[in-house]
Amino acid sequence: MSATALTKKDFVNDQEVRWCPGCGDYAILAAIQKTMPELGVAREKIVFVSGIGCSSRFPYYMNTYGFHTIHGRAPTIATGLALARPDLSIWVITGDGDALSIGGNHLIHAMRRNVNIKVLLFNNQTYGLTKGQYSPTSHPGTISKSTPYGSVDQPFSATAVALGAGATFVARTYDKDARHMSDVFKRAHEHKGAAFVEILQNCVIFNDGVFEDIVGKDQRVDHMLHLQHGERLRFGKDNQKGLAITDFAAEVVDAASGRLDDVAVHREDLQNPGYAFLLSHLMQPEFPEPVGVFRSVEKPGYESAVIAQIEEQTARRGRGNLDALLRSGDTWQIH
Amino acid sequence: MSSGASPVHSQNERQVKHETIESAIVRFAGDSGDGMQITGAQFTTTTGVAGNDLMTFPDFPAEIRAPVGTLGGVSGFQIHFSSRDIHTPGDLIDVLVAMNPAALKVNLKDLRPGGVLLVNTDAFDERNLSRVGYSSNPLEDPAVAEKYQLIRAPITKLTRTALEGLELQQNHMDRCKNFFALGVAYWLYQRDPETTTHWIKDKFKKNETFVEANLRALRAGYNFAEASELFTSRYEVRDAHFEPGLYRNINGATAIALGLIAGADRAGLELLYAGYPITPASDILHELSKHKNFGVKTFQAEDEIAAAGAAIGASYGGSLGVTASAGPGINLKLEAMNLAMITELPLVVINAQRAGPSTGLPTKTEQGDLLQSFFGRNGESPIPILASATPADSFDCSIEAVRLAVEFMTPVMYLSELFLIFGSEPWRVPSADSLPVIRHNQIQAGEDPAAFHTYARDEKTLARRWAIPGIPGFEHRVGGLEKDALSGAVSYDPDNHERMALTRQQKIENIANFIPEQSVYGEESGQLLILGWGGTHGAIRAAVEELKREGVSVSHAHLRYLNPFPRNLGEILKRFDTILIPELNLGQLSWLIRARFLREVVGLHKVKGRPFLVGEIKAKAMELLGRN
Ligand SMILES: Cc1ncc(C[n+]2csc(CCOP(=O)(O)OP(=O)(O)O)c2C)c(N)n1
Ligand code: SF4
Repeated sequence: MSATALTKKDFVNDQEVRWCPGCGDYAILAAIQKTMPELGVAREKIVFVSGIGCSSRFPYYMNTYGFHTIHGRAPTIATGLALARPDLSIWVITGDGDALSIGGNHLIHAMRRNVNIKVLLFNNQTYGLTKGQYSPTSHPGTISKSTPYGSVDQPFSATAVALGAGATFVARTYDKDARHMSDVFKRAHEHKGAAFVEILQNCVIFNDGVFEDIVGKDQRVDHMLHLQHGERLRFGKDNQKGLAITDFAAEVVDAASGRLDDVAVHREDLQNPGYAFLLSHLMQPEFPEPVGVFRSVEKPGYESAVIAQIEEQTARRGRGNLDALLRSGDTWQIH
Repeated sequence: MSSGASPVHSQNERQVKHETIESAIVRFAGDSGDGMQITGAQFTTTTGVAGNDLMTFPDFPAEIRAPVGTLGGVSGFQIHFSSRDIHTPGDLIDVLVAMNPAALKVNLKDLRPGGVLLVNTDAFDERNLSRVGYSSNPLEDPAVAEKYQLIRAPITKLTRTALEGLELQQNHMDRCKNFFALGVAYWLYQRDPETTTHWIKDKFKKNETFVEANLRALRAGYNFAEASELFTSRYEVRDAHFEPGLYRNINGATAIALGLIAGADRAGLELLYAGYPITPASDILHELSKHKNFGVKTFQAEDEIAAAGAAIGASYGGSLGVTASAGPGINLKLEAMNLAMITELPLVVINAQRAGPSTGLPTKTEQGDLLQSFFGRNGESPIPILASATPADSFDCSIEAVRLAVEFMTPVMYLSELFLIFGSEPWRVPSADSLPVIRHNQIQAGEDPAAFHTYARDEKTLARRWAIPGIPGFEHRVGGLEKDALSGAVSYDPDNHERMALTRQQKIENIANFIPEQSVYGEESGQLLILGWGGTHGAIRAAVEELKREGVSVSHAHLRYLNPFPRNLGEILKRFDTILIPELNLGQLSWLIRARFLREVVGLHKVKGRPFLVGEIKAKAMELLGRN
C-alpha cells in the first residue's frame, strides 16, 4: 500500500463515533484524519495509543493500529512500543485529567527521556467521562460536581509541565482551527523525539465555552498570540500590540507607535527553555495566550540511544551466544 | 594450594584428626560492612567446584549500613554442602563464624551443641558487648566453651599483622579480615583456595595492593588454622553423586534472567524487560542489563506501573514484554496486568515475593502473594500462575512462563521468593538446543487480511492471533473495554460480555491440557501427603526423605502449576487420608485446595520471614501420623 495514495477516507473506519454532539473532539478527529495522509507514512505503521477519558476513545475511530489502555498510562505503553518498534509512528491521545493528574509521572518521564512519541493532550479543563469534575488545568474557583463551592487548587499549565520536564517539542493549538491543528500535527510528526501538543478542546456538556475568551472568533484577535519562528510576538487588530520581554517578564506594548523594536522575536530553537517557559505562563486576561510552536530543539532520542548501545555492545562482544552465556561463570565438569 | 597462597606445612607434631563427613552447614555472620556475603559467595563457588551438592541462603538487613556492631546490622550467609543430594540450606549449623558480639547474639541459638564457634575476639570489647546488651563477655562464660568448640581468634590483629608493610590504611586492612575467616574455613574443610585466588586477582585487578592484601589475609587465615593448636579436626566432604555434565552455581535471580533470555531466544522474539528497583527483584534487572549483546532491551522505568505498561507496549509491538517486582510493586502492576488479560497479549510478570504486607520485612522471605495472584485484579480475571521450587528451577520456570504467555496470549504470573532469588545451588547447564521450542502465532506479512478477526481463536489453545502493528491490512484496535467475541469492536452487549468472560476462563483452564500431570514423590497413595508449592520444596522434600529413611511413609507432591492446577491433582488428593500443606503464609494454598476440591487439609504456617526448617515439617508430619 503506497502511503502517498492515501486519503482522509482511509483513516475513517466503520465504528460509530460516540462523543456528545458538538464535542470539540470531532473537529480534532477530523483534523487528524485529514493530516495523516499528508505525513507520508504507511497506514499500517501508524499507531494510536490512548489512556482513559472521552478523548481516549479516539483510537477506536481511526482506521490504524490502535490501543486504548488504562488511565494515565498511555505514555508507558507507548514508550515500550517505541523501544520495541522504532519503525512505527506512535501517537498518544490523552486528556488533561489523564495526562496531568493520574498520568503526570509518566508524561514527564516520557518527555524527559525524549521518546519518539507524539502526545496530543485534549485539554477541556474538566473530566468529561466521569461527568464533570474539575481537572488539574481548571482555573481556581471552578464550580464543578466535586467543587460546588469552587475549586481551591492552583492549576497546571500543560505546556509548562511539558517544558519543565524537558520536552524538546512543545506546541499548542485549538479545536476551532482545522488548519492550525493540521500544521501543528505535521510539525510534531517531523520532530525527532518526544513532541507534546496541547489542544484546547471544548466540552459542550461540562465546560462549554471555557476557552471562548481565547478561541472565540471575535476574541482571537486580541486574546490569542500566534507564535511564528523568527517573527515578533504581535497580536491585536492589524498587529498593533506586541509583547516585550525584559527582566524575565513579559509586558504588553503598543507595537504600532514606536515600541516595535522592544517586541520580542519568537525563537523556537532556544536550548534554554526559560523563554518558552515564560510564554507557557501567559494567561488571560493579562496576556494573550500563545498558540503555535513554543519550542522545537534537537536532542538525542531515547530509543535510538538504547538501540545504539545494543549495537555497540554487540559489535564489541559479538552477537550473544546462548550456550556460552549458560556456561559462563565458574563451571566444573562431572564425568 | 596454588599461586600466591601456599600454606606453611605443619611444623608441630600435633595430631589433627581427618574426618570424612557427609554434610556440613556453615554460617558466616558479621556486621553488614564485614563482607560476609562475599565470604559466603566465595565459599560457595569453591564448594561447588569441589563437587559437593550445596544450597545457600544469604540473610541480610534491610539497611545498607545499620550502625556498626548493632543487632540490626548483622549480615549472615549460610551454606549447606554435602556428598549427597540436599534440598535446603540446613537447619542447625555446624560451624558459626561470628565476627562480632552482635553476630554471636543473633546466631548462636542456631549452632548445634558441639559445633565449631569461631569468633573474632578483637571485636569483643566492652563497647561492642554492651551495645548489644551483653553485661559480660559470653566468651568467658564456661557454659559456652563447654557446649561448643570455641575457637578464639584475634582476627583483626592477625590480619593487620599479616598485612604489615603494605601501603594500606588501617580501615582498608581491616576490610580484609573476612578473607582471613574464609582462609580458616578453607583449611577446616580442606578446600583449595584457587578459585578465590583467581577471583581476588580479577576483582582488584586495578589495585595490586588490594590483591596482595586479600591474598595475604586468606593465606594468613589458612595458616593460622594450620599452625595454631585450636582445631582438633579437619573435615572432608566427598563429592556428591551428580549426573555427568557441566555444572555451575546459580542463584534464582541469575537463573530467571538466563531463563528469560533463553525463552525469548527459543520463541524467536526480542526481549524487553522493564523494572523498577525493589528488593529482591532488582537483581534480575541488574543481570539482564549486562546482556545487551543478546539484543535484550532493559528499561528502568519511573515506577512499577510504567514498567508493566512498557512491557505491555513491547508485547503489543511483537516483542516479549517482561516485568518483575515484589509486593508493593506487584500491587501497582495489577491494573496493567488486567489490561494484558483482556487484550490477550503475552506478558510475563515475575513476583519475587518477600515478607509483607506493605513494605513488611523487605529482606526476608515469605509466600504471601498467592491469593493476590488469583484474585488481586478487578473483574473475572484468570491468568496462569506458576512457581519455582529451587534457585536452579527458576531457569526452567522462566522459560515455561514465557511459553505460556506466548502460546496462550496471556499475562502469566510467575511466583518466586526472596529465598529463591538470593539462594544458590549447583545447576547442570543445559545445552541451548535441548530447551523447548516456543511457538508464537504472530500474523506474518502476506497472510490474507480478509480472514482476520481480532478475537478469533485457535481451536486448541483458544489463543487469539498476535497481530502486530506494521502489517498492512490488519489494522485493528484493542483496549480495556469489552470486545465483541469475533470482530473485537467495543461491545457492551451483556451476552457477549458473559461469553467473553467464560471464554477467557476456559482458555486458562484449558492450559491444563498442555502442562505435565502432577507427580508424587513416594507412595502414590497412603496416610499422609505433603502438598507444597514454591520455595518450600526443599524443606518438604528433605523432611520426606528423612522420614522415609526412618521407615515412616509420607509422600510429597509439589506444585509448579497453581493455575490451572494439573489435571490429575484432584485424583491424587483423594488417595491420601491426610493432606498437609506447609506454607510461609497463613494458609493460602489451603484455601484454594479446599475451595477447588472440597477437600479438608491441614495447614502448617510460618510467617517469620524465614524458610521452614526440615525439623518443623518432620515434627508436624509425625504429629499427624500419631507418632510422637
Ligand atoms: C484508575 C482509574 N481511576 C479513575 C478512572 C475514572 N476515570 C475515567 S476517565 C477519567 C477522567 C478523564 O478526564 P480527562 O483525561 O480530562 O479526559 P476527558 O474525559 O475530559 O476527555 C477518570 C477519572 C479510571 N478509569 N481509572
Ligand atoms: S462529555 Fe464533554 S468531552 Fe466528553 S464527549 Fe461529551 S462533550 Fe466531549
